[in-house]
Amino acid sequence: MRPAGRAETESLYFSYPHFDAPQDRASLPVSAPVAIVGAGPIGMTAALGLAREGIRSVVFDTKATFNDGSRAICIARQSFHILNQIGAIAPFMEKALGWTTGRSFYRGRQILEFHMPDSPAEKFRPMYNLQQQYIEQFLWQAVQNEPLIDLRWQSTITDVADVGNGVTLTVTDPSGSYPFTADWVLAADGARSPLRKIRGLRLKGENYEGRYVIADVQMPHDYPTIRRALFDPDCRRGGTILIHKQPENIWRIDYQLRDDEDETEALREETVRASVAAVLAEIGYDGPWDLEWWSVYSANTLALDDYRDGRIFFIGDSAHIVPIFGVRGLNNGLADAHNIAWKLGWVLRGDAPVTLLDSYSPERRGATLDVFANASKSARFMTPPTAGWQLMRDAALNLALDHPFAGQLANPRQMTPYTYADSPLVTNDEGSWSKTAPLPGAALPDAILETGHLSDHLGQGFTLLTFDPELAKSVGHLPIGTLTLPADSPAAQVLGATARSAFLIRPDSHIAARWSQATPSQIEAAFTKSIGGPRP
Amino acid sequence: MSAANIETVYEALALKLDTIPTKQHPLYLAKLALLLAHEIDDAPKVITQLNAAAQNLST
Ligand SMILES: Cc1cc2nc3c(=O)[nH]c(=O)nc-3n(C[C@H](O)[C@H](O)[C@H](O)COP(=O)(O)OP(=O)(O)OC[C@H]3O[C@@H](n4cnc5c(N)ncnc54)[C@H](O)[C@@H]3O)c2cc1C
Repeated sequence: MRPAGRAETESLYFSYPHFDAPQDRASLPVSAPVAIVGAGPIGMTAALGLAREGIRSVVFDTKATFNDGSRAICIARQSFHILNQIGAIAPFMEKALGWTTGRSFYRGRQILEFHMPDSPAEKFRPMYNLQQQYIEQFLWQAVQNEPLIDLRWQSTITDVADVGNGVTLTVTDPSGSYPFTADWVLAADGARSPLRKIRGLRLKGENYEGRYVIADVQMPHDYPTIRRALFDPDCRRGGTILIHKQPENIWRIDYQLRDDEDETEALREETVRASVAAVLAEIGYDGPWDLEWWSVYSANTLALDDYRDGRIFFIGDSAHIVPIFGVRGLNNGLADAHNIAWKLGWVLRGDAPVTLLDSYSPERRGATLDVFANASKSARFMTPPTAGWQLMRDAALNLALDHPFAGQLANPRQMTPYTYADSPLVTNDEGSWSKTAPLPGAALPDAILETGHLSDHLGQGFTLLTFDPELAKSVGHLPIGTLTLPADSPAAQVLGATARSAFLIRPDSHIAARWSQATPSQIEAAFTKSIGGPRP
Repeated sequence: MSAANIETVYEALALKLDTIPTKQHPLYLAKLALLLAHEIDDAPKVITQLNAAAQNLST
């Protein structure tokens, strides 16, 4: 929502483009290997991931512009790696605000300062703040430069039917309806997913009743990019407030509504202005400010039982909805898109059996359940659901004023990438490893090499990372790249590797297998497993 | 802990509770529980005790 007198997408700092529907009907292709429903951040990321695999896709979106409002503003390190791999990172690096630190306050006094792990060994910071409309604009710019992607605006999918070896979508745009056939469909059509409804599928899970008003204001506020959480502040007794800095002097203020607060009343412009003014007074800001945009968001944990329905894969919010505290909604969806993109690429090119696709749902649903566990933890602290949780939360906060150990209970433990430990594609371990070494299924950690970072040196497909040139040569017959590093490189240290160790890295930079002493036949077996079975 | 010592603690806690408004008793006792747990530094032991304390509450 925006202040009276401003249109829905009339922002103080961002010009929403207007996109026409496709014009030249006669020459519009009516089939593609992959159709993507929804040009939100997740749909566009999937299209870019597929293009990187050489796969053509058509993306459909109902709207004539980007999503309205800043929405998901926190992008995690792992998502920056994804944006880097799909070739879209440059404008993000320029615009987004990196951060590592959070501060929590209880009744005006600081009870915790936390720092997310960071070092020069990391190419990217643990977290970046950027408004969602920039995220979408930057992805769209990359899509524009990609001949393999055809993005059709003002085009709504109104029906879906299975046909032989594909799916036929009914596309409705301002000039009428037409059928479009794809081998595979990605449903990136958001939290209210029409495709989910058409297929009769339902999100399941717990509903946390916490509701937050999220409001953006523009103001010249002099405070670094540090996440602030205010517990039980004077201006909102019993409630919780989150404050984030975004580019363009935009500040996000999220404040919790009490159970007895009426949502309609809370969303009235005057009420929002008064609530924001009280928060600004609380943090000692007395300068000018402009109200930009506001909305309401509630803390849910909901997911589909299976992210796949025949030839349709659900990615992003269509498959799962998570609370905002852990900043995982967008980040979790980007990982979905990245995961399905390489798998479809390998299958459609004929480089992997179709069974590879069976791993999408277990891997990504596993990640979502992990997100739920963490996010529910945060939600119970931010929005205690019962008297018991409320009392213990209050006790922890109160104790934290004098005892730092209790302040740690307020640490949101934000986003670490998920380890696909139980994945059917991942080979379980042999050999002995240090406790800090990344497990099979984990995202490959970054390290500094002689030139650039480890993450810069991975190839486009699978990579065998070794410290032994002979071993690298021995897998020349497999369609995998090799990266041989000196055994005393900092990468070896991060990975807990010795001269005979090897790692098989997937196209999405997760570790498919690791060996303290690898043999060529073990590597071949692990590679076969990680593409879902013997090559076609 | 000897009977005498536990009595000292028992009395000190009763006296302290009486200096705190009744409404604040749960908060105070919850804080105390966390502080003691931190001091004891043995989660399973604390869990055993918090279960033991829940016995016989219904009247
Ligand atoms: C008001 C609001 C506030 C939010 N605030 C936060 C926040 O503070 N923090 C956070 O982490 N997350 C927040 N989120 C969630 C975050 O925006 C989503 O996680 C993220 O946008 C997910 O991206 P997506 O691409 O899966 O879905 P979406 O961004 O929802 O994109 C779905 C797209 O599909 C299109 N579409 C739908 N149906 C059809 C159809 N039948 N045919 C064609 N196209 C269709 C839509 O037009 C839309 O563009 C918020 C969401 C909303 C709505």
